[in-house]
Amino acid sequence: MKKRWPLILIGILIILLGFAYVTRDQSKQGESITAVGSTALQPLVEAAGEEYSKVNPGIFVNVQGGGSGTGLSQIQSGAVSIGNSDLFASEQTGIDEKKLTDNRVAVIGITPILNKKAGIKNLTTKQLQAIFTGKVTNWQQVGGRNQKIVIVNRTQGSGTRVTFEKRGLNKARSIASQEQDSSGTTRQIVATTPGAISYVSFSYINDTISVPTLNGIKPTNKNVTTNKWQIWSYEHLYTQKNTDKVTKRFIKYVLSSHVQDELVPQLGYIPIKDMQVERLE
Amino acid sequence: MNAKRYDKLATGLLYTIAGIVVLILLLLLGFIIIRGLPQLSWSFLTTPSRAFTAGGGIGIQLFNSIYLLILTMLISMPIALGASIYLNEYAKPGKVTSIIRTMIEILSSLPSVVVGLFGFLLFVVQFGLSFSILSGALALTVFNLPLLTRSIEDALKSISNDQRNGGLALGISKWETVTKIILPAAVPSIVSGLILSAGRVFGEAAALIYTAGQSAPALNFANWNPFDIDSPLNPMRPAETLAVHIWKINSEGIMPDSSAVSAGAAAVLIIVVLIFNLLARWIGRLLFKRLTAGS
Amino acid sequence: MDKIRESILTKSHASKLERRGKIISFMCLGGICLIVLAIFIFIAYRGLATFTSDHVSIFKFLGGTKWNPEVTENGHPLVGALPMITGSFLITILATLLALPFAIGTALMMTDITPKMGTRILQPVLELLVGIPSVVYGFVGLTVVVPFMRSIFGGSGFGILAGTFVLFVMVLPTITSMTVDALKSVPKDYRSASLALGATRWQTIYKVVLRTATPGILTAIVFGMARAFGEALAVQMVVGNAALMPTSLVAPASTLTSVLTTGIGNTVLGTVQNDALWSLALILLLMSLAFNLAIHLIAKRGELKR
Repeated sequence: MKKRWPLILIGILIILLGFAYVTRDQSKQGESITAVGSTALQPLVEAAGEEYSKVNPGIFVNVQGGGSGTGLSQIQSGAVSIGNSDLFASEQTGIDEKKLTDNRVAVIGITPILNKKAGIKNLTTKQLQAIFTGKVTNWQQVGGRNQKIVIVNRTQGSGTRVTFEKRGLNKARSIASQEQDSSGTTRQIVATTPGAISYVSFSYINDTISVPTLNGIKPTNKNVTTNKWQIWSYEHLYTQKNTDKVTKRFIKYVLSSHVQDELVPQLGYIPIKDMQVERLE
Repeated sequence: MNAKRYDKLATGLLYTIAGIVVLILLLLLGFIIIRGLPQLSWSFLTTPSRAFTAGGGIGIQLFNSIYLLILTMLISMPIALGASIYLNEYAKPGKVTSIIRTMIEILSSLPSVVVGLFGFLLFVVQFGLSFSILSGALALTVFNLPLLTRSIEDALKSISNDQRNGGLALGISKWETVTKIILPAAVPSIVSGLILSAGRVFGEAAALIYTAGQSAPALNFANWNPFDIDSPLNPMRPAETLAVHIWKINSEGIMPDSSAVSAGAAAVLIIVVLIFNLLARWIGRLLFKRLTAGS
Repeated sequence: MDKIRESILTKSHASKLERRGKIISFMCLGGICLIVLAIFIFIAYRGLATFTSDHVSIFKFLGGTKWNPEVTENGHPLVGALPMITGSFLITILATLLALPFAIGTALMMTDITPKMGTRILQPVLELLVGIPSVVYGFVGLTVVVPFMRSIFGGSGFGILAGTFVLFVMVLPTITSMTVDALKSVPKDYRSASLALGATRWQTIYKVVLRTATPGILTAIVFGMARAFGEALAVQMVVGNAALMPTSLVAPASTLTSVLTTGIGNTVLGTVQNDALWSLALILLLMSLAFNLAIHLIAKRGELKR
């Protein structure tokens, strides 16, 4: 009779599960929205989602990273409700932008950063291009100290890199070099490696690195809103063309003044309504 | 004379090498724990993490890690047990058996990134489980099965054949011999194998990034009904584990205290693995005493 | 009469149990094999697409030194995987070579010199080293090893050498514990016989124990290499991820796994860029196959010798 106890245990477990199922909280079965994609955009959507759930109990916003490419391919296949992306769908190969609705929710500025020992205060677009295409290899050649240039790139296909090459390098392609996935690590490398140059979004600027002006223009949010500083990109929440009401309502919430005025600047983004110019590609 | 001097020299060398290995571990542990210890507090261990403000904890991630580990073990343990019993007790040596063995070995040497991506396409997308604890547990099962099978098989192998013959001589069937005699005798070494693999599962990140997901929605720890969406026990909710959390804040953490949080989380991870090891030894010894009727 | 007949002809409870147990345990094994097959088919299907639907020649893929899948040259995307393949092999071989003396030394301590201290101290040390997650290794590598490399060799500090040091610690427990198994399987009689002949402990170890255990130790090495070859996150954090042919050990380089982990999230399933990454995964898979084959060959050789 010793053998009975596993059976009894399983029986009790099943009864417990059944009881749990019957007494489950019906109001919390509600809808959930899944957003997948850009790791840079993830905290914003996460924070907005948390607040949204507080105001609208029963709706859960489930945010995942995975990269802009994953986000776009997931929204294209219809596996998720929102695809977070740092890029326009047209900039990503393999995505048919006509099938998707673009919701631009914020803007982010990107700036070159240098190691402090480079001794550079200003760069021109031409110089920047020459550096990243390998034509210039010493800071002396662009008016700095005698120090070899170390290029630290961002991962191929990442939003920051695509935007930087398109806007900062005039569509020139950077030579192959060290690549870093994360902004924090990139900043750390540039801060500690003599002669290093890379690029990060504005929110990563601090005093461990030096930030040159580009063609005499300072990388500030204000200059981005007027397009005087040209290296910036939108943050997009892509949805399917005929998406459901729940998703639409959530995106409306993200564009509401509450999120735009409080959360967006807190996370280092520029609110979309501050922009005085618009880009379509 | 010369030979003796060599002997002493070599012994000294071996002691030095072992000393260096111990030193490496001590330095590693010391570094992680000394850097992380100042962050540790009850509130750090219990409060949810924060995305972009300072003062977040790792409460949910810690719970997720443990729950995911338990689920993974619940799924993989019976399968690994069955497979290793068949391999060690029933399988006849031959081509088929050796092919199967090779397959398990290949599975164990597969990079965990590949396992994670496989899990992403199969469990998350194909089976529609979305980013959830269940997807994560299944991916971890794939990752864990070969390790566990191998260690259980080794444990079974180490039981002397006299025990098997003894069982058969008593007239009981092979299956009963295995379940009643061999398995209980092997429990202590099975348990220590279990813990080793549990340690690896607990710290695994690459296989989980695309399966269990990278977000930890708020949980209601007063609600233990597994069918509610905010219940800690719900297997269908996304769950960022501690290891994934460390990876994430090291790559994209934008909270001002991210380096402190990651140091603290790393320390917690190491301490939990340490506790596992100690616990396992203790339980293994206890079980050995109880199951073998030894005093 | 009938009762006896019946009890002989019908299956006893025990034999039913036996059958059931055998079937259940076989199904468990079958399940594992199914998973392995699924992974193989799935990765081969994705990985071969680079060659079948994107028409990249295999030789250009394996021998090309330019990795830039977004750029096409003469109608073919630039997907030369040689820099990553070289990087992976260099790191794997260097880390294993570095770990080998430590592993054998530690294993000998545990089996022949001080078994007591071995089980009390070294065994838990190894288990802990296995237990430390690769993310934590990467974190330590980034905060300790890379700055250390930078202060000695200059440059950024990222590179093959930094990866080697991180992987060295990671493969050490694998190689050591398998070497311990190999040494333990050397019969006690061999040791006693050698000592009785008047050999010192070192002579016994060097001339008898290590020689007998050679196939087992080789297996341990290959296992360690397989682990090193497939390690992703820790290596990715310290190697620098530059898809360039490695020119020096302290210059940024890349491995198959590092390119795979950083790239897969930024590409769209079904595009050339994504397919090329799956081809890298396929190489990883084939390499673990090759490592296993090597282990089998070693085991066969070892058996023949005895």
